[in-house]
Amino acid sequence: MKKIIIALFIFSFSLQSCKEGDKKDIPAEKSKEISDLSIYNLPSKWTTQDNKEIELKSLKGNVLVMVMIYTSCKAACPRLVADMRDIESKLDKKTKKNVKLILVSIDPKTDTPKRLKSFAIENKMNQEPWLFLRSSEENTREFAAVLAVNYKQISPVDFSHSNIISVFNEAGELVFQQEGLGVNNEKTIEAINREAQKI
Amino acid sequence: MKIHFFIITFFLMLSGFSRAQENGMVPVKEGTFVPLYGASSKKPVLVKSFYMDVYPVTNAEFLNFIKKNQQYSKSKIKGIFADKSYLSYWKSDFDFGNADSKSPVTSVSWFAAKKYCECQGKRLPTMDEWEYAAMADEKKVDARTKKEFNEYILSWYEKSKTYENKIGQTFKNYWGIYDMHGLVWEWTSDFNSIFLSGESRKDKSSDKNLFCGSASVNATDLMDYAAFMRYAFRGSLKAQYSTRNLGFRCASSTKPKL
Repeated sequence: MKKIIIALFIFSFSLQSCKEGDKKDIPAEKSKEISDLSIYNLPSKWTTQDNKEIELKSLKGNVLVMVMIYTSCKAACPRLVADMRDIESKLDKKTKKNVKLILVSIDPKTDTPKRLKSFAIENKMNQEPWLFLRSSEENTREFAAVLAVNYKQISPVDFSHSNIISVFNEAGELVFQQEGLGVNNEKTIEAINREAQKI
Repeated sequence: MKIHFFIITFFLMLSGFSRAQENGMVPVKEGTFVPLYGASSKKPVLVKSFYMDVYPVTNAEFLNFIKKNQQYSKSKIKGIFADKSYLSYWKSDFDFGNADSKSPVTSVSWFAAKKYCECQGKRLPTMDEWEYAAMADEKKVDARTKKEFNEYILSWYEKSKTYENKIGQTFKNYWGIYDMHGLVWEWTSDFNSIFLSGESRKDKSSDKNLFCGSASVNATDLMDYAAFMRYAFRGSLKAQYSTRNLGFRCASSTKPKL
């Protein structure tokens, strides 16, 4: 009888808790590895242009340069991509291997891995240090919230979005943001090289 | 034996009741409206039928959530998910101090609000859903052109500390929802889809370098000053922010389970 009661208690508690094992206690040493301000706290899963499933955590140990785009974009994105290329060309050759340049889709419906792949090939960005990522619409919204990137779908094919390039250090902490198109990227590059040297 | 059964029944009923209360939602019927911001070429936006919480989430309800999800408590929440003012008026992790248990919880970040709703099997309402439900007064689905309605909202903006009031003391709108105006501002799931720069005079022409395509998301009716205030406020938010007059409620696309 007691067992039944206990089982019922546990059952009714489990009804009220929420998904994703929130209550699991992460061992202290493990949680120390990821700092409070790190994007590696985000549990979301992402898919690359090679259709590989990754968590952001797997990028740990690199300096990440991230921008949000969508491949059918005709206005700002080509310029954002050009800005990213310009940054890449100016990186310190010695530490470049520690840097990843990442383009995150704000239109995951259209931007399937296949589509990201062909976009990468077309733009000659289908190799290191370039990486394309997509996830669910909800994860994308959350990721944008972390980056303080605003976006809105304004028609079936078009989005409005802020033009922000963000730099994260080895630990996944935001260290620099450049806002705007075709802006002077001297400080951005400085930040990337400085962080990449530390690795 | 009998006592055991009593305990079990009592316990199950208790949890049943509290869940029923948590699930106090009403249906909002599908319809179209032209939002102040966000529609391209001022076309009406379709809002599909959904369910909305009757009241904003209270201090007591949020405390209950924190007890089960302690990583969202004042001292444990990660910096990436909330700034320093998170639950600033709470005395400690599990004590909301002098605040009323039936007052809306405020000073919560978007991440915490989002998680709360997920844990109830719900989600935050979209901005379109929120605005659609909020344009109703007691009798009409869309009361935005009514002078008294706008005056009511604007006069609330002038009052201070309404966040200390209890839920359910403003009017019950057409859908059966309370406190859309007159108590606290509320988070929406896509609050970060607004395009206003800090310099409001500049937004008439939109800043093309900061925002791609922002010209097409300009305001439709600048006479709706009350809504303009809400959009401007949302536009100034970041997901980590928490302010004393900003709370939230949840929505759902499907019928809430009891």
